[in-house]
Amino acid sequence: MAMTWQEKAIERLLFLIALSAVTVLILITVFIFRGGWPILAKVGVGKFVSGLKWAPSRGVFGILPMIAGSLWVTIGALIVGVPLGVACAVFLAEIAPPRVGAFVKPAIELLAGIPSVVYGFMGLVILVPFVRTVFGGPGFSVLAAAIVLGIMILPTVVSISYDAIRSVPRVYREGMYSLGATRWQTISMVILPAARSGILASVILGMGRAIGETMAVIMVAGNATLIPRSPLDPVRTLTSNIALEMGYAAGDHRTALFATGIVLFVIIAILNLIARRVLTGGVRR
Amino acid sequence: MNARAKAADRRASALFWGAALLVIAILAGIILYILVNGVPALSWAFLTQAPAKMGREGGVLPMIVGTLVLTVMAILIATPLGVGTAIYLTEYTREGPVTQIIRFGAESLAGIPSIIFGLFGFIFFVIELDLGWSILSGALTLAAMILPTIIRTAEESLRSVPVSFREISYALGASRWQTVTRAVLPTAMPGIVTGIVLALGRSIGETAAVIFTAGSSLRLPTSLFDPVRTLPVHFYILAREGISLQKAYATAAILVIAILLINFVAYYLLARFSARRGAVRR
Repeated sequence: MAMTWQEKAIERLLFLIALSAVTVLILITVFIFRGGWPILAKVGVGKFVSGLKWAPSRGVFGILPMIAGSLWVTIGALIVGVPLGVACAVFLAEIAPPRVGAFVKPAIELLAGIPSVVYGFMGLVILVPFVRTVFGGPGFSVLAAAIVLGIMILPTVVSISYDAIRSVPRVYREGMYSLGATRWQTISMVILPAARSGILASVILGMGRAIGETMAVIMVAGNATLIPRSPLDPVRTLTSNIALEMGYAAGDHRTALFATGIVLFVIIAILNLIARRVLTGGVRR
Repeated sequence: MNARAKAADRRASALFWGAALLVIAILAGIILYILVNGVPALSWAFLTQAPAKMGREGGVLPMIVGTLVLTVMAILIATPLGVGTAIYLTEYTREGPVTQIIRFGAESLAGIPSIIFGLFGFIFFVIELDLGWSILSGALTLAAMILPTIIRTAEESLRSVPVSFREISYALGASRWQTVTRAVLPTAMPGIVTGIVLALGRSIGETAAVIFTAGSSLRLPTSLFDPVRTLPVHFYILAREGISLQKAYATAAILVIAILLINFVAYYLLARFSARRGAVRR
């Protein structure tokens, strides 16, 4: 079929449009790195990421406490969110009667739609006082942040684990049941092992969500620039560091916040690459 | 042995039910808590007045206007790009290195945290392009953020259109673009709209990406180059700086009601879409 020039023009135009996402990705990478590079060159990447002290007014920029902070709250979020999320995914895929599932699934999706400031606010008015009265300490803590983030990553963990569990071939289940296995034996011995790569990917993507979350964490974590020694200590994450000081930072200070962004960007990129690997590996097997 | 296995099975089932109930309880708890505390503070005056004393008094009219304009602008920018990308991927090309690069771009973008979008929007739109803290800077930043959502949902809906639709259209002598616009797009429309509605929900609730690009001005905007303060940003400032808990609850209630409405619309559209898809398959 011969193409008219209009058809060709449309195809060209669509091709250019299709490059928009890649273009934005390149722009983000270039401008974040350009914005933060000067301070990394000046202080040294090693010193910047291993420095214990963050004192912008004196020109001291070390973000180890924030890296540790992000790590602490993320691990906490996984401890809270992964068992709950995977259990919900199993429930939806294997246990829930269709009517119950039709109600629970959109509800979990709705959880993803609630703005992060609302989560942070709920943490602020309910969790923080709860932690303070029950466990002591200031209440603004790793624990409070971990619980809030654990809930926030649920939709990610549930939806990807659910897809993984659903894609386990039917014959696996039928085989187990015909051997006289119970539902729990089928789930624990066959379905979960078969879906493990998808579940692992959901955990890694959930981790990315937790590390990248900003507003909710700021409101409940206390934001002290110290490495936390217990789950009840206040903590500042990489994301909070940027959002808390961006409003008034200038000069080297602003550059250092962009450099914090670079560190965050690199961590997220690594996590996403691992998740991609795990997911495509799962398909090939 | 068998009795023990059965007992374990019952315990496990109870745990799975418990997990699902807990999540539902958390969701219901959040929504009810905000509505119970916020709705009594809502009034016509709150919705239609400008704030006074940094938001301690008055209403949230400029924030409602700001949020709406910003969100609509972001959707208007991201939709042609996202749907265009999806059309190119599904209708105009075969799987290959080019589609892989495009998909890699979209997927990577989806994983980037909103604070990074905020940093980027600030240095690129606000500083580099000299748009300042403005509706335009904020909308462009949000558009970049929701682009992957629109691409993904549009691509899924386009792929779900049966190949026979295209074949019939070509057999009738239609060109590729005619096939796309008259046979494929109308069928895929509900799915595409669902994606746009979901993206709308995401941009309405976004804070980190807009606070450093759209600003936090309390005034009613009069042009696209004016700064605005969106509802979530206003809510964040009210709550964190302890300006007024009552006004914070009321603002949160508006947000939660908006998100609920948006999700119901998206769910309804999706249900209708799947029903129709089922009918086509038969």
